[in-house]
Parts: sequence; structure tokens; C-alpha cells
Amino acid sequence: MTSTPGSAGPTDAPTPRPSELPTRVRRFTRAERLVHRATATLTLLCVATAACLYVPALAELVGRRHLVVTVHIWTGVLLPAPYLLGLASRAFRADLALLARFTSYDKEWVRAVRQRRFHRPAGKFNAGQKLYAGWIAGAALVMLGTGLLMWFTHLAPLAWRTGATFVHDWLALAMGVVIAGHLWMALTHPESRVGMRTGEVDRAWAKDEHPHWKP
Amino acid sequence: MTPQPPDGTAPPPRPEPKQPPDAQRPADAERPAAPDPGTPVARRLVLGMLGLGAAGVAAAPYVQKGIDSFLGAAADKDPTGLTGLFPNSSGFRYYSVADSVRKKTPATYRLDIGGLVERPVSYTLAQLRALPQTRVVRDVQCVTGWRVPDTPFEGVRLSHLLDLAGVKPTGRAVRFLCFDGTYSESLTLDQARRDDVLVALKMQDKDLPHNHGGPVRLYVAPMYFYKSAKWLSGINVTDRVLPGYWEELGYDVDAWVGRSNGRTDTPTV
Repeated sequence: MTSTPGSAGPTDAPTPRPSELPTRVRRFTRAERLVHRATATLTLLCVATAACLYVPALAELVGRRHLVVTVHIWTGVLLPAPYLLGLASRAFRADLALLARFTSYDKEWVRAVRQRRFHRPAGKFNAGQKLYAGWIAGAALVMLGTGLLMWFTHLAPLAWRTGATFVHDWLALAMGVVIAGHLWMALTHPESRVGMRTGEVDRAWAKDEHPHWKP
Repeated sequence: MTPQPPDGTAPPPRPEPKQPPDAQRPADAERPAAPDPGTPVARRLVLGMLGLGAAGVAAAPYVQKGIDSFLGAAADKDPTGLTGLFPNSSGFRYYSVADSVRKKTPATYRLDIGGLVERPVSYTLAQLRALPQTRVVRDVQCVTGWRVPDTPFEGVRLSHLLDLAGVKPTGRAVRFLCFDGTYSESLTLDQARRDDVLVALKMQDKDLPHNHGGPVRLYVAPMYFYKSAKWLSGINVTDRVLPGYWEELGYDVDAWVGRSNGRTDTPTV
């Protein structure tokens, strides 16, 4: 007969309580975090070079126009690559499916934000995250399309190119504001950041912020 | 952003493809616990943005003028200069291909004229100012699309400088060098001898500032603005046209506004 802990003497360690849940829960796999990191790096490079091409003071400071244009174009063209590679991951596809659709509690979340109420129900992703994901994906595609029209000048008639420049410029401004909002949310939500960095979040935090998520 | 169906083992909220989009709406409140396919918000956002983008490209020619004139009027009353950060197709934009460009003062500036000429010469800024000055007022058209109407440039006709130096019979073209250390440009001798091609000392009736290529830049009125090399420091007469900086990167050497680079802008001359 094997001895159980505690039976050999008073100095033995007490038996741990059997059914206690771990305090950390899994939120993102390594593949998902890699997709996020690669997308974030490309986006930051793309936005930084855009600023150096566009803001006169920065353009005068940096110069090197050909290099800056090259970095801007290639980071922009490669921006969808991490997403497409990520589709190989089942966890990433599952999260996309969650991000893509509004459920009844997402509508409740939007109403709560509008009425400045504190109870804001959410699944694994809240409605704000879903809106951000959809909008930024659409905006990035428009930037890619208009950017290609501006790059390959022989593709389309002049009127298209002028229009593409117009849309590219104004949408860049809007995206700058929205991406700044995304960074602000990350900055003010440390546990979300931990989740994206380590893949795990605090169970109590998850229950609080994402009550409908059953990890 | 269209989600791929996760193979086999599915997470709880899955779209049910055959259900019409509006069918589940009234049921929402009655059975919140049942699997809720939900509204495809991401798809709508993506398609909506694509639609807006296409509409923006199509509407730009009509909208842009209004926005430009509005921003122009706002900029007149804007002490902060913040209006300058909005996209605007009028007004100059700063392009430099070099890392940083050291400023030249009247004391340090020189313009060297050499190559296939009888009398190579090096001008100071004061000497250039003492030569006969010509003023040309034309639109400035950049190959990237922006245009600044009725911009006065003033300086010495290039043809006058070439005559003073005496072009040798073997000379066929002119190559321009810049003190940013990187940029270069070229014109044929016939193009260089036009009377709207200047070695410009003034723009908008003021001394050329550094960020516009001062103290001395080239000004080629009938061509796209990349021909008007900033920070001009050297003029060499050569026996053939040597492509300049942007021309090595695919832009046209003969850059007539409206007849080159695949563009159909209104000619500036």
C-alpha cells in the first residue's frame, strides 16, 4: 500500500485541494501572437514612413525619399501576409469567426457604451474590438488598392490616380486616428497587453471583462 | 476578413449559412441561450469600406476642389498651422532624396560651370545676382499630382550662362549637379536654351529658402518639377544626355508637362 501525503508524519506537505482552477487562462496561441506582432511591426513601419513622406517637417528632417518610399511600399504590400499565413492556424481561424459576428450581447455592449453604463457584456472579444477589426481590415484593403494604383502609374487613367491619391491621403488620416485609439486602449489596459504578450490572462479579469467567454 | 470555417471541431458561435440574415432577429430576445449566429459585422464593415473607397476615387475630382478651397480659406485664418496637416492638392510638398542637406550661405555658395565649354567659371551668389534677371510666372506641376498655380520664379536665363561660358561644338546636352550630393538632372542643349529655363535665385518674389532648394535652383517651366533640380551647384556641358536621379528610377527624361510619364495634365507653358 502506497503512502499518501500527510501519512508519514506531521512535517509532510498538505494535500492540495483537488478541483481548484488555475488562475491564468489561455487567450492567444503562439501563432496568433506572432500574427499580431508581425502585423503591428509592418503597420508601425508603414505609418512612420507615411508620416515622413507626408508631414513637411518630418520630410525635411529625414530626407532619403527613395529609401522611405521603398520601405513604405513594401511594408504596405506585405501587410496582409501575416494574416494569410495565420489562416493556417486553427485557433486564429476560430478567433476570426468570433471577431466577424455581432451577437445579442455585442449590441448590448454598444448600447451600454452610448449610455455610459458600466455593465458591458462581451464574449472573447467585445463589440469595440470587433468593430475595430472589421473597419481596419476594410481600410487596409482600400489603402492597398489605392496604393497600387499610385505605384503602378500605367495601370489606370489619370483621373483614377488622382482619386486614388485623394482617398489614400484622407483615409490615412482617419486610420492614424483609429490606430492611435487602438494603441491608447492597449496602453490603458495592461492585462490585455499581458494577454497579447504571454498568451495568458488572469481568470478573474477574463470573467470581469469578457463574462460570456468560456475559455 | 471572411472567417474560414474551423475544420470539424467548431467553437460555439458559428454562422449558419443557409439562414437568411434577418430571420434570427426577432428570435434574439426570446432565446438568448441558443447558439446565436449573429450579425456579420466584419463583412459589412469590409464591404462598406471598399464601397466608400471606390466612391471616393470616383468622386474625388468633384470633391477635391471644394475641400482645397475650404482648407485654403481656413489656413488664412489659422495661426496654429494645423490646417497644413490635412491632405491638400495645392501647395508645395517637400521632397529630398538625400539624408540631410547642409545649408549654403552667400559666402559659401558657388555655381561651377564646366565640361565642354571654352571658359569654365565659378560664380558666387553676388555675381549671379549681378547678371540680367528674368521673371517667369507659370504653374508648378509635380509628377505626383500636386500643382501650384501662378508661381513667380526669377533668376538668370540658363542660355545666358551657357553663352558666357561658350559651349564647344561637341556639346549636346547639359548635366546639373546638386550640393545635396545625390541629385542630378539633364537637359538637351535645345531644351536648356529655352527662355523659360532659369537658374533661379528667387521664388514668389523672395530669396529662395533652403527647403525650396535655395540659394539657387534650376527652374524648367515647361517640364514636371523634378527637372527643376534643387540646391544647384554645378552645370556641365556633355556630349550626350545622362539620365538624372529619378530618370534612373524610371521617370521620363523629356518630362514635358502633360506629354510624359503617362500623365495628361494641362501643360504649364
